[in-house]
Amino acid sequence: MQNIVMECAQYIIIFLITCYTWQSFAYFGKKSEVQKRKIAARQNFCILGVHFLGYVSGYLATGKEELILLYGAQTVYFICVIFLFPTAYPDCSRMLISHMCMLLNIGFIILTRLSYPLAVKQFLIVCGGSVLASVVPWIMKKFRELRKFAWIYGIIGILLLLTVYLTADTTNGAKLFLDFKYISFQPSEFVKLIYVFFIAAMFEKSSSFMQVIKTSLMAAVHVLLLVASKDLGGALIYALVYLMMVYAATKKNLYLFGGLLCASAASYTAWRLFDHIQVRVTAWLNPWTVIDTKGYQIAQSLFAIGTGGFLGVGLYEGSPGQIPIVEQDFIFSAIAEELGGISAICVILICLGCLLLFFNIAIESRNTFYRYLAYGLAVTYGIQVFLTIGGAMKLIPSTGVTLPLVSYGGSSVLSTLCMFAVIEGVKTFEKAE
Amino acid sequence: MKKQNNTKKKKNVKPKDSNREFYRIMYLFSGLFLLLCGYLCYFLIFESREVINNPYNLRQETFERKIVRGEILSSDGEILAETLITDNGEEARFYPYKEMFAHVVGYSQNGKTGLEQKYNFELLTSDIPFYEKLYREFMDIKNPGNQLVTTLSVKLQQAAYEALGEHRGAVVVLEPSTGKILAMVSKPDFDPNTIVTDWERLINSDSADGILLNRATQGLYPPGSTFKILTALEYMREYPSAPENFSYECNGIFSYNNAEINCYHGKSHGNLDFIGAFEKSCNGAFAYMGSDISISDFYDLCESFLFNTELPFPLAYKKSSFLLTEESEDWELVQTAIGQGKTTISPLHNALITATIANGGILMQPYLVSEIQTAYGQQVKQYLPSVYKRLISPEEAAALTKLMTSCVTEGTGYALLSDSYTAAGKTGTAEWDEKKESHSWFVGFAPAENPQIAVSIIMEEAGTGSDYAAPAAKKIFDVFFSDKKK
Ligand SMILES: [Zn+2]
Repeated sequence: MQNIVMECAQYIIIFLITCYTWQSFAYFGKKSEVQKRKIAARQNFCILGVHFLGYVSGYLATGKEELILLYGAQTVYFICVIFLFPTAYPDCSRMLISHMCMLLNIGFIILTRLSYPLAVKQFLIVCGGSVLASVVPWIMKKFRELRKFAWIYGIIGILLLLTVYLTADTTNGAKLFLDFKYISFQPSEFVKLIYVFFIAAMFEKSSSFMQVIKTSLMAAVHVLLLVASKDLGGALIYALVYLMMVYAATKKNLYLFGGLLCASAASYTAWRLFDHIQVRVTAWLNPWTVIDTKGYQIAQSLFAIGTGGFLGVGLYEGSPGQIPIVEQDFIFSAIAEELGGISAICVILICLGCLLLFFNIAIESRNTFYRYLAYGLAVTYGIQVFLTIGGAMKLIPSTGVTLPLVSYGGSSVLSTLCMFAVIEGVKTFEKAE
Repeated sequence: MKKQNNTKKKKNVKPKDSNREFYRIMYLFSGLFLLLCGYLCYFLIFESREVINNPYNLRQETFERKIVRGEILSSDGEILAETLITDNGEEARFYPYKEMFAHVVGYSQNGKTGLEQKYNFELLTSDIPFYEKLYREFMDIKNPGNQLVTTLSVKLQQAAYEALGEHRGAVVVLEPSTGKILAMVSKPDFDPNTIVTDWERLINSDSADGILLNRATQGLYPPGSTFKILTALEYMREYPSAPENFSYECNGIFSYNNAEINCYHGKSHGNLDFIGAFEKSCNGAFAYMGSDISISDFYDLCESFLFNTELPFPLAYKKSSFLLTEESEDWELVQTAIGQGKTTISPLHNALITATIANGGILMQPYLVSEIQTAYGQQVKQYLPSVYKRLISPEEAAALTKLMTSCVTEGTGYALLSDSYTAAGKTGTAEWDEKKESHSWFVGFAPAENPQIAVSIIMEEAGTGSDYAAPAAKKIFDVFFSDKKK
């Protein structure tokens, strides 16, 4: 009996996730408000269904009663987000809220499966973060002068990164966290947002040559501070975000291609200089010859994805725990192993859905500052997703970046919630104008 | 569609910057994300099978919970390994032929070896129809794993197993034109059915040194006179007229500077031409040839014959080594020319060299599994013969075949004379310890004019090649050809 339920759950989860994804793309063709509502309703059903089945499997497999409590709490959370947020902000993008919930949902299920205490911790942070994020659109509406503080954003960002560089402990070869005894905090995740604010505000003023120079210098300081802290994945994201924003603001191909050339040269130099980059490149080129050491992690990730196949081995049936740091950098592999390749592809497509919504909101916005802001956040999000997932399946070297909303990590999930909230803010602001 | 165009036009009327750059970057990211999806599909469809079949993948427990390990079959469909389910639901791996296939098929408990190891994940993958899998999963019945159809022939394996008798040693039999391994025996052997209970004895007892070792691929021996095939080839390359003009007066001892080589039992062979030297396996003549060839060319020739390099072989093996250099001393040079010295070779490697000659100079990729099937016999994957590399020219192969044929008809390989086929081959008597009997070697193939089977046999501490290994080869050939006739 238990077996039948778990088997059913496995296939229904795949079915629901696929339906959800299908709906989210069908949405782009629909124009009428009624149709959109219908789609949103179906999607909400899929979210709650997947969540329910995920926890049923968990309960059957482990017999832990605390899972029921966690399930209840999370259900309340989803219902609140799905219904309260649009009530507070009638002009928000419901689709973006759904996507956010779906990604959080998959993250909750997988984290609970990997480690119950981590899942609880993550859930609490998400709850706190959501409360925080829900006032963001209101702030953006209330304080219209956000675009005027370009230099303040830039300086706050640099100061925060400098603090990390000077005081942080080293984990995995990189300085990332500030430790406040009970909670550790990863400023570069938040600086990412402030940084986009900074660039957007700078280019809102002007996209003249002098302005580009000034902005470039400030951006370069950010990147160099990250390099000095050995957070090279972060440095890469910051550099690419900057290039793409310059491109959008100046409309000059030269900046983009010239910048990419410089970035390649810089990456090459970094590869020559830093041991832990060489480790990752070697592991990427041929993990099998160094499987005992450098290639172990990526090899385990590929084993997980390969073993799962398209349909997955089922929740609690695989061994994703074999992959080091699975709950952060390699959460995608755990999803692929247990929920299956089809679900994993849906996760990529849902992320793509978010990205397209970000871009659409940017394109539709008439306020230059918000246009650049939404665009910059879209680019940040896109790069981050691409780096994590590409790294997990060995398409590119792994960069130690987390999958937004899905991976474990308080700072990461908090900053992503804020990012989504800012985008919603841009959207509601636009409608209000 | 029309509607969309209209709305787009309306939007463009609004006074705002062009969105061209935004769209471009959006398309770029959409492309990148679709690339991720595409790569994931590609990986799952084409690469994952290969990738997960890795000893470092500890996920086999996941598979074992859901799948009954598949069967291993001989080329004619006999079961070499299967999983039986006892009355109380426990699984037990059963090997009907017991010791006979022990090394090549391997075992799957207390670690894994042989085909059981190499194809572990194939055996633990089930490709039965999807609906049936689904049904079984719901009923909580394990799925039957895929089965391997090997290239091994029970008849030849049995013949080879019996031909070795009580001797330690190994036999490799293969089909030169395809690279199919038809039989692979190693002795001393063990019964894989009782590997768990015998484990302590198998790994601890002194007398049993290397029972678990597959001597056919992992045993390294001095090649003895079988190596004269390569010496003869190098000599012919440097002196193309050698087959006609070569002559050597054997008085039982050959001296070269301060090195001395005796013919077997000090026998003097008298006046010999090139073929005669090969037929009689005259050590003096070959030591003389060795003293007269370019060492670096000889080294290159041996490397092209896969000494000191990886062999194209799926199971665990050891690399053969050829260590002669310009700096080597004289005794080493002449010893190496007759197959003693520091050269070592595995029976498998010697079989590959022989098969190359039999196949006109082309080495076929040796393989052991011809097909992977579902538990119901439907094909999942087929392995076809493929060329590994041309190692020598057809003319050189023909010249060596001629030498090896007359070795059987006129010389030390007389044990293989038969009415029903002409065999070609070379015996070897490898000395390795003065106080002990020599290892007995034979490599050869038949029929000489159209080779269908090649063998490599070593019998440890048996005696001369002509007295032990050559007759053993005859037994295998006889079984092969009597079976063909039927
Ligand atoms: Zn002689």
